[in-house]
Amino acid sequence: MAQFLQQVVSGLATGGVYASLALALVLIYRSTRVINFAQGEMGMFTTFIALWLIDAGWPYWGAFFATLGMAFVGGVLLERVVIRPVERAPVVTVVIVTIGLLIALNGAAFWIWGGETRSFPSAFSTRAIHVGGVAFSIQDFGVIGVSLGAVLLLYLFFRFTKLGLALRAAALNPEASRLVGVRVSWMLALGWGFAAVLGALSGMMVAPLVFLDPNMMRAVLLYALSAAILGGLDSPLGAVVGGLSLGVGLNLVSTYVGFVGDELKLPVAFVVILAVLLVRPVGLFGRTTVRRV
Amino acid sequence: MTRQRSTVLGVELALFAAAVGVLAILPHWLSDFRASEVAYVGVYFIAIIGLNILTGYTGQISLGHGAFMAIGGYTTAILVGHHSMRDLWTIPLAGLVAGAAGLLFGVPALRLSGLYLALATFAIAVSLPAVLKKFDHFTGGTQGIQLFGRPNYTGKGYQNVHVLGQTLTFNNWLYYLTWTIAAVLFLVAWALLGGRAGRTFRAIRDSEIAATSSGVNLPMYKTLAFGISAFYAGVAGSLFALATTFVNPDTFPIVLSLYLLIGAVVSGLGSLWGIALGALFIQYLPFLSSKYISKAPGAPSVAYGVILVLVVVLLPLGAAGLLKRIGVPLTNRLFKRS
Repeated sequence: MAQFLQQVVSGLATGGVYASLALALVLIYRSTRVINFAQGEMGMFTTFIALWLIDAGWPYWGAFFATLGMAFVGGVLLERVVIRPVERAPVVTVVIVTIGLLIALNGAAFWIWGGETRSFPSAFSTRAIHVGGVAFSIQDFGVIGVSLGAVLLLYLFFRFTKLGLALRAAALNPEASRLVGVRVSWMLALGWGFAAVLGALSGMMVAPLVFLDPNMMRAVLLYALSAAILGGLDSPLGAVVGGLSLGVGLNLVSTYVGFVGDELKLPVAFVVILAVLLVRPVGLFGRTTVRRV
Repeated sequence: MTRQRSTVLGVELALFAAAVGVLAILPHWLSDFRASEVAYVGVYFIAIIGLNILTGYTGQISLGHGAFMAIGGYTTAILVGHHSMRDLWTIPLAGLVAGAAGLLFGVPALRLSGLYLALATFAIAVSLPAVLKKFDHFTGGTQGIQLFGRPNYTGKGYQNVHVLGQTLTFNNWLYYLTWTIAAVLFLVAWALLGGRAGRTFRAIRDSEIAATSSGVNLPMYKTLAFGISAFYAGVAGSLFALATTFVNPDTFPIVLSLYLLIGAVVSGLGSLWGIALGALFIQYLPFLSSKYISKAPGAPSVAYGVILVLVVVLLPLGAAGLLKRIGVPLTNRLFKRS
């Protein structure tokens, strides 16, 4: 039982990381119907920037928020420079462009910081607290808190501010939004900015657990993709629920199903993707869209 | 056949014949090392034809073609390394095994369009190394399978090869082997895409709904495209294994799948005439980038990524599009009759 509870809590922590990256993917998918395959590498790149700031003597939280700010600006810039020219192109074209971004950012990180793995400081103590014979790591609770806090903030922003409303409107109905004076193209850029912030967050949260190197986010991206698909690609709530349940589910499966263990976690994520797409392609929370021919 | 179509066919046949001629005598001017590099270009050439049939002609994106290459490569390695089969026979077998895997994957892929298919194929490529490591009884785990020095491995990885009364160095043998197969597979693809199947593929790419209402059996042709495409990747993977003399889970990394896509985009999606350029691009960009940009390890990737984005934005039809833009007015002038 103790082991079970520990696995659930640490699963929620990694699940929180998957959830924030999945939410980043969903944000961009909702507004442009495109999956940003570079989302993970954007998070990895910004995490390197955070480490660079910390090494330069910045306090952790100072570096943390400065990195989030830079991620936002970087995300907006990438949209303006790289995605804007293909805004009206077919989905496949935009996907290829994000693949180009993935490769280029990965290479840039190798180029600037080299390929060796580095340890990344955690904001939270790795000490364990004991509750009724079960040891929980404080870091796990911290990661859960930060991820869910960010999700909540984002929800409040989208729900209760005028800019949030404009962003939602631009995603749902670009033509009508344009008619009422929403600058749709800029809204897409802002969406990329927020997605980049979430990516940076997931990068900085996962780096203390898995060590930082240019390929760090590859597996996380795949988990986030499965989480987003599990929850439904156009549902933010789905992304969060999908992320958390995938985190917990994978942890339990790798603990209790000996055959899977730690090695086959990635293929399990792949099986989840394929199974959801075949059984219920819109995911748990997605709406079925009717296509008019 | 109209006069214009026969002219185009004539020009294309002449181009193909010229290319075969150049390839046949090229090794006389190449060092042994260069010959092995150009053999790898042939491997990429085959894989990109396959990817182009799927992505360029049928409009189904695959981010996981490296996985089908891995299936082909491992088929050859297991048969030659563990079962002492003659390596040449394993090449078509590798294609068939990968093709069967492609057909199998094509069935669930039927329900996935565009983006979802990209996701599913990406997931295959990312998770395959873990599967290869897990089933180490067949695949040799992280160590992989060594071919070097195996009895039924032609040239054993280093010896001269006697073929058709000629003596070739091992690298020249690889060169002629890959490019002979590449030329045959190019002709097959050319015939296939020029006929009924090619027309159907293009109809599916341009509009699935319109294709269905014109009586196209959508599931059959989409699965078929996947199978054929995976067959090409499997043959390429098999040749890749013979050229590297071993396979392990890192032989076919996720970036290989992405590089193949880059190669296909640079070649020009939906045309066979730029593929040699795309294959050369994949093979030689790392050299060029370390020579002219920076020797740092990540520099080639940056160049790959930036060039991919630039090609998509500025030159959506790739090298083949450029070739056509320059070539068509030229041939028109040559063959104008009035």
